[in-house]
Amino acid sequence: MRLSDGDRALLDGAEGPAGRLAMRIVVEMARVAGAARLIDVTSAHIDGCLYHGRAGLDFAERLLRDGAAVRVPTTLNVASLDLLHPDRFRGDPETAAAARRLMDAYVAMGCRQTWTCAPYQLPERPGFGEHVAWAESNAIVFANSVLGARTARYGDFIDICAAITGRVPDAGLHRTERRRGQLVFDVRALPDRLLDQDVLYPLLGHLVGARSGRLVPVVDGLPAGVDEDRLKAAGAAAASSGEVGLVHVVGSTPEAPTLAEALHHGQPLEVVEVTPAMVRAARDQLTTAGAREGRLTGVNVGTPHFSVAEFGRLVALLGGRSVHPEVAFYASTSRHVLARIEALGWPATLEAAGVRLVVDTCTYVTSILEDTSGVVMTSSAKWAWYAPGNLGVRVVLGSLRECVESAVEGRVVGDDAFWAAP
Amino acid sequence: MTLSGRRRELRGRALVAGEAAGPALVLEAPLSLWGGMDPRTGRLSDHHHPQLGATITGQVLVMPSGRGSSSSSSVLAESIRLGTAPLAILLADPDEILVLGALVAQYLYGRTCPLVVLPADHPATIATGDHLEVHGDRVTLVRPRAAPAAGERDPGRPGPVRGSSGDPGRPPDEARR
Repeated sequence: MRLSDGDRALLDGAEGPAGRLAMRIVVEMARVAGAARLIDVTSAHIDGCLYHGRAGLDFAERLLRDGAAVRVPTTLNVASLDLLHPDRFRGDPETAAAARRLMDAYVAMGCRQTWTCAPYQLPERPGFGEHVAWAESNAIVFANSVLGARTARYGDFIDICAAITGRVPDAGLHRTERRRGQLVFDVRALPDRLLDQDVLYPLLGHLVGARSGRLVPVVDGLPAGVDEDRLKAAGAAAASSGEVGLVHVVGSTPEAPTLAEALHHGQPLEVVEVTPAMVRAARDQLTTAGAREGRLTGVNVGTPHFSVAEFGRLVALLGGRSVHPEVAFYASTSRHVLARIEALGWPATLEAAGVRLVVDTCTYVTSILEDTSGVVMTSSAKWAWYAPGNLGVRVVLGSLRECVESAVEGRVVGDDAFWAAP
Repeated sequence: MTLSGRRRELRGRALVAGEAAGPALVLEAPLSLWGGMDPRTGRLSDHHHPQLGATITGQVLVMPSGRGSSSSSSVLAESIRLGTAPLAILLADPDEILVLGALVAQYLYGRTCPLVVLPADHPATIATGDHLEVHGDRVTLVRPRAAPAAGERDPGRPGPVRGSSGDPGRPPDEARR
């Protein structure tokens, strides 16, 4: 492996023990990935600020004590606490204290207090072809697919090491040849009424991810110009059910103006014809058996964090109605988006309707839900995928409209006509 | 345990070098440690995984590949700290996220979880219950004579696994957060 003079200086401890450790880890990762060199990144997004136990805290505090500071603009992913609504946390005080120390350590290293899994909704976001070091699987897939920026699938620990060194291995999705579409999902057999629905996108992402594993999928046959919220939902789902870091959507994502370009003018390994039955099967996989008949106690939306446009749809779907008193309705978002919807007066409207806003964190990664005995509905495939394991809840996946109607009625309401076989 | 039985040497690539010996647990599907394994108990908590509830502590984990969350490095490091990690992990593909967890644990706590990539067709020849010894790049497989694993009857297929459940909708047991 070829290291630059700067890389070597860091390894030799020219900038202290934290720089040396961070560079050692980056170089070790380059060795595992078989990279020939390291390259510069222009920004980093850190996932390590979510508390998973003492190991993550020990690492961050060790770096900080050893003098670590980030050298590129660095945003922070969701943490375990909602600092704007601290009373939302229902876990034990020791966990809260440790989670807070972890957040403080990353801020002290110079990271920005963005606390969001959707850094692509912030005003400064990477441009086409820019190399970045992003962690958080949905942010990775969005950066690569929708922005055309380049990041490998980084995770806890390497994220902060990349931010401290400004360097990453020249490997994985940083390299053009690794971005070639390999598996085509043709959706032309889906009826227009399905293509028009937001709920199709998380389900499509789920089935694409489950079949793609580590391959780069290409979705072909969708109407051109699929909006960012739908691409976000599909990418987050694909990165949960599979190890997907890039999805080309022909006619919508920048490296896929045509199918041929998404495939780098090569042949796909396979073309999968997506049928309505596959979409229904995805919905059923994301719904706990028997949960539709259970007692509805909660609705959770905003995984990944809700955008301004999604809040607009939520306000419109509620239409002045209130959430049923026995249903806890949570919408997770970033403090950045919260500030923007405050300018529109929506938080007051939503809170009055019984919608509780959660910022800085997300309801499936920390203790917020007070009642996990009943059934929880969500419009997010990612939430539906992880919440049963993380929280022990039973879930029903539905469209945002189904979520809102269910929340108002106080029971699971499905749009049966919509889901009926054609 | 007696190590009589058929011995086979497998040559892999050590991503994190180390020594380990113990029974194999062959995963039937990829696993994301984050959201999929509780580091406090060492049990699989992924409701979509066919082996929900299985314990990975004290086993040599054989997995086709990792999956999903980039937080799995933290979960591996935490399970190494708590002593609930597998004895070693054998993979069909390199997995940087797991390497990170093992490296950071080594740095912070002076102990780790060896990780070895085996040639792609090798993991499928290991059955749950086989005895595995890991020495750096080398893996020795001993298949006990007395209690034949499923692989004896059907070579090339993973063996039966304890604590498996095929029902992804099964309510959670103690492995909740």
